[in-house]
Amino acid sequence: MNNEGYALDESRGGGMEPRTPERAQQPEPESIRIEVDGLSVYYGKTRAVKNVSLAIKSRKVTAIIGPSGCGKSTFIRCLNRMHEVTPGARVEGKVLLDGSDVYGPGIDPVEVRRKIGMVFQKPNPFPTMSIHDNVVAGFRLNGTGDRHLIQEKVEKSLRAAALWDEVKDQLHEPGTSLSGGQQQRLCIARALAVEPEVMLMDEPCSALDPIATAKIEELIHELKESVTIVIVTHNMQQAARVSDFTAFFYMGELVEFGITSKIFTNPDKQQTEDYITGRFG
Amino acid sequence: MSDVNAAASRRRFLRRKVTERLAVGGMFLCAGVTIFFLVTILGYVLYHGAAAVNWEFLTSLPLPPGENGGGILNALIGSAMVVLCAAAMAVPIGLGAAVFVNEFPTAGFGRFVRFLAEVLTGVPSIVVGLFAYALVVRPLGGFSGFSGSVAYAFIMIPIILISAHEAFRLVPDSLREASLALGIPKWRTILRVVLPVSSRALLTGVVLAISRALGEAAPMLFTAFGNPYLSFNMGKPIATVPLLIYTYATAPYEDWHQKAWAASFVLLVFVLFTSVLTRAFLRGKSHE
Repeated sequence: MNNEGYALDESRGGGMEPRTPERAQQPEPESIRIEVDGLSVYYGKTRAVKNVSLAIKSRKVTAIIGPSGCGKSTFIRCLNRMHEVTPGARVEGKVLLDGSDVYGPGIDPVEVRRKIGMVFQKPNPFPTMSIHDNVVAGFRLNGTGDRHLIQEKVEKSLRAAALWDEVKDQLHEPGTSLSGGQQQRLCIARALAVEPEVMLMDEPCSALDPIATAKIEELIHELKESVTIVIVTHNMQQAARVSDFTAFFYMGELVEFGITSKIFTNPDKQQTEDYITGRFG
Repeated sequence: MSDVNAAASRRRFLRRKVTERLAVGGMFLCAGVTIFFLVTILGYVLYHGAAAVNWEFLTSLPLPPGENGGGILNALIGSAMVVLCAAAMAVPIGLGAAVFVNEFPTAGFGRFVRFLAEVLTGVPSIVVGLFAYALVVRPLGGFSGFSGSVAYAFIMIPIILISAHEAFRLVPDSLREASLALGIPKWRTILRVVLPVSSRALLTGVVLAISRALGEAAPMLFTAFGNPYLSFNMGKPIATVPLLIYTYATAPYEDWHQKAWAASFVLLVFVLFTSVLTRAFLRGKSHE
């Protein structure tokens, strides 16, 4: 219901062949990939996220919307334990990835982050690395050295991020030489190279112009064939365009969660309707 | 009414202009004094030293007191060996400590280490020499080039730590997060992302520390001790340039005074050249 948003055909890179989804090995599309159960997050004494429970469906796009400071970024950073980078952050509750708690005893956050990748608000390619090295950073830094395998991986990841045709002749130039939108797709390629099951996107388009945004949104449509996506966005039109499910956060609480078309046309809660129709936030 | 206002605003304007002139003039004066000292020192050393610097001075060994001629080759080699050995100890320790201070901010302990490093940079170098004497020379039973290196390392570590800490602080957290989010462990993140991004500033810090150590005579008094002959043995006393300058300058021979000036000139030129070259190298890199 939300696929019809884009007529920007020229923005399509020539090399975006339809990906062949490997549905056979993957769980059923309707199955639950991440289940969040009673999640609360504290920064010191402040409770930034309050007792949130929701289920993220496999190979769907789930959008998190809400006004600034409502805890959406904090929430998704907890899904792959990135909040632990922030000093003083503390989590209660459970986040189950395919049934096992990412906060369970003996679970290494490094392992969690390899399964749940992340793309940030501002494109952040490694400035000392070439485009090529950026893509393989996560892949190679973890100890794989086969050159042929690496070449394949670079091409595959860049194609998946719809960037290959634009950069294939300049793979050894610095990643920071690209435009903002290309840098963000490079970051997506870098995250995809690790082959995560879930991709978290924290306002991935907020630093980009409309055309670059359109490309990323188109990319999200392609990616959900193989990856589960959770996207935080400020932009409600974007949530409506790209997502299958939408969660509305307000003041750290999950106000409403459901199928995107329902949230945007006929929400259950008055608060959701007020926010979506622009009455506050 | 408006005339009165106009006159008042004119006066205010004039006063501001005068203040502005005074402030700018004052700053020029300060800058001038700074440059004056640098230029005077350079000029003085150049005037006294340059004439005595020649190929023989750089490539031959000292002659017995009273004889004219000879050079400081032994001290040049000694200084290079002692300082390089010191750098080999100080660079990993200084960088490691800086990584600890910046990347593992555990309960203020890191800040305490940083504070101690700042205190350490203020410790007089003669005290550092005494410390190295007690720590290395006494237990090993004699003066040695190695004990000199320990003293120099002690001077270099806080300089490297502080400059590296500042360099690491400038690495945006977004890059660390990008790396961690890829499932890259913290130590690899530091090694492959934080260190390369700050490499230029790190290099500057190391060069600064080496330049600082190269010129220190006091720590050598009770450690490397000096040696009139050519020696490559770090376990024995060894000559260093600053100590040679001190010895020669305080000796009663005119020829030695001349040589002290010449050695000062060599030291100064070397330090200037390394910093200029480092800068040029870094600028070249940043244009890549």
